[in-house]
Amino acid sequence: MNNTVATPRTLIDKIWDAHLVRAESADAPAILYIDLHLVHEVTSPQAFSELRGRGLKVRRPDRTLVTLDHSTPTLPAGTDGKLPYANAQTAQQVAQLEANCAEFGLELNGFGSGKRGVVHVMGPELGATQPGMTIVCGDSHTATHGAFGALAFGIGTTEVGHVLATQCLLQRRPKTMAVTVDGRLPAGVGAKDLILHIIGVLGVDGGTGHVIEYRGEAIRALSMEQRMTLCNMSIEAGARAGLVAPDQTTIDWLRGRPRVPQGEAFEAKAGEWLNLTSDTGARFNREIRIDAAQVAPTVTWGTNPGQVTAIDRAVPRAGDAQSERALAYMGFKGGHSLLGEKVDVVFIGSCTNGRLSDLREAADILRGRRIAAHVRMLVVPGSDQVKRQAEEEGLNEVFKAAGAEWREPGCSMCIAMNGDQVGPGQLAVSTSNRNFEGRQGPGARTVLASPATAAACALAGVIADPRSWGGMSDAA
Amino acid sequence: MTPIRRIESRVAVFSGENIDTDQIIPARFLTTTQREGLGQHCFADWRYDQEGKERPEFALHRPELRNAGVLLAGRNFGCGSSREHAPWALLDLGIQVVISTQIADIFRNNALKNGLLPIVVNAEQWQAIAGFETQTIAVDLERQQIELPDGQTIAFEVEGFARQCLLRGVDQLGYLLAESAAIDTFEKAA
Ligand code: SF4
Repeated sequence: MNNTVATPRTLIDKIWDAHLVRAESADAPAILYIDLHLVHEVTSPQAFSELRGRGLKVRRPDRTLVTLDHSTPTLPAGTDGKLPYANAQTAQQVAQLEANCAEFGLELNGFGSGKRGVVHVMGPELGATQPGMTIVCGDSHTATHGAFGALAFGIGTTEVGHVLATQCLLQRRPKTMAVTVDGRLPAGVGAKDLILHIIGVLGVDGGTGHVIEYRGEAIRALSMEQRMTLCNMSIEAGARAGLVAPDQTTIDWLRGRPRVPQGEAFEAKAGEWLNLTSDTGARFNREIRIDAAQVAPTVTWGTNPGQVTAIDRAVPRAGDAQSERALAYMGFKGGHSLLGEKVDVVFIGSCTNGRLSDLREAADILRGRRIAAHVRMLVVPGSDQVKRQAEEEGLNEVFKAAGAEWREPGCSMCIAMNGDQVGPGQLAVSTSNRNFEGRQGPGARTVLASPATAAACALAGVIADPRSWGGMSDAA
Repeated sequence: MTPIRRIESRVAVFSGENIDTDQIIPARFLTTTQREGLGQHCFADWRYDQEGKERPEFALHRPELRNAGVLLAGRNFGCGSSREHAPWALLDLGIQVVISTQIADIFRNNALKNGLLPIVVNAEQWQAIAGFETQTIAVDLERQQIELPDGQTIAFEVEGFARQCLLRGVDQLGYLLAESAAIDTFEKAA
């Protein structure tokens, strides 16, 4: 094209264009260069086998960040020094990744490194996640890294192999969607409530084929941790990814982290990063607006993350086969609010809400109180670093004094692969991201909620409104 | 990968919407380090009761559907996780084609890379196919059409590059590796 005035572009398109090894054509997808590849034990073994079978190396070990999180125990090693794995296969999966890292020359942020954590908590806290990057991982919640203005999305194991071997992916350009959140969130309402609300508006497949840019006053007011919670669940609306343009909040959060440039080099980089925005007048394929003032503490009532309700509002009456099935599975009645439903398990953790600020939010409600006697509460920090910081602040003591279990970092009850499970028929209030049937164990029933709501439910022993337990009064 | 041109098989109907990857292959079976053998766990919580006995009401347990290779599923099939174990498990169970009015992005991508054909049709076409539940239909990738027993045909789209790869049985890693000079150039310029 020979235009003298460049067409305004979205941030999504700018990042895309900057990573094209080859542009797409009618016959072939684009070859997209990947800046950072995150790897964990569940979706990588078959990819390493593929490389081994073909005699290939990992092209860029320096752009590959590896950790262990999904199948790892959250109880410490026993007196014999052995970790209490749920079964032989989970232990084998971890051993396999350790062996693969040794064989392919990859640094593993494993046990004893002090840096291990849920992959989407670890990448940002090390400063490996940076604005303008393309980031992938064999994990659908890779969208988390979009909080930094990166184009970050989940891939399958075959593609993990592609990135290991070539640092590239074959991709078609995604469609773009702007989700603008105007105004300010009310006191007592946080990022988790906001994203559940947004998924409720979009529906679980409303984002299919799109990458979302979250923008607007309410988004700018969010902390980095809150932006991560927000972007994390983009996939639950079917979107490939979600991102927030970098601003001073992003820069201040990144400064001094181990993997970012230091000193003057950082400030120079920061200047570049602040230019990463959608041009004025850039067109999105779809735009929606949300009024932040309308968002209340929000929970799910069904078996997908789009089945949401404000906590004090009635669950919709079953109108279709899908909601009927969901209500039957959950044992809830349409037309009533969930307040007062008996809770068996409370889980605080995951890549959605396992960061320090999430633990603080829960601890603020629990401090000096005891959880209901029949509730089992598990608090699982998102990473070694989160655990250390929480312990320095004494949050672990708050949780333990309240009657909760304080565990080692990992995915834990979010995916229930490591033995941390909700029992059949039990109702769990969980700060994770998926309430699918059986996600937290066969027959388990999951209500997704913010850390404040989860903590309030643990105290009350039933579904409870965090605002009546003094939760997040300054909406921080 | 074996080339795919035409599949003729019986149709099983799963009309539920938003069938997620945790239903297709529950997370507790993701502890494997292989691709093979996941078929026995596919839809585990729908197929077996708590004692591990087969539930007769599960569609694929109907005698005429034991070997069904085409799954006609409700809207937004495969939503949720990026686990490629989902298409691996379906293929291992004998499913070669998934047809729905919408298929989740990552699942579709993963399916195409493994020779499981994801096809999107509109609601009317979905109903037409559902009318032939348990019967044999043909899915012709070369002509990009579904052929129903009454002679009706339904055209479908598959991304051109993925289609060529499936028809010729080539895998995409080979294609990327052949571009390593271009990747070198990109890295040097960056
Ligand atoms: S915490 Fe849950 S959603 Fe996040 S990476 Fe782990 S299993 Fe996936």
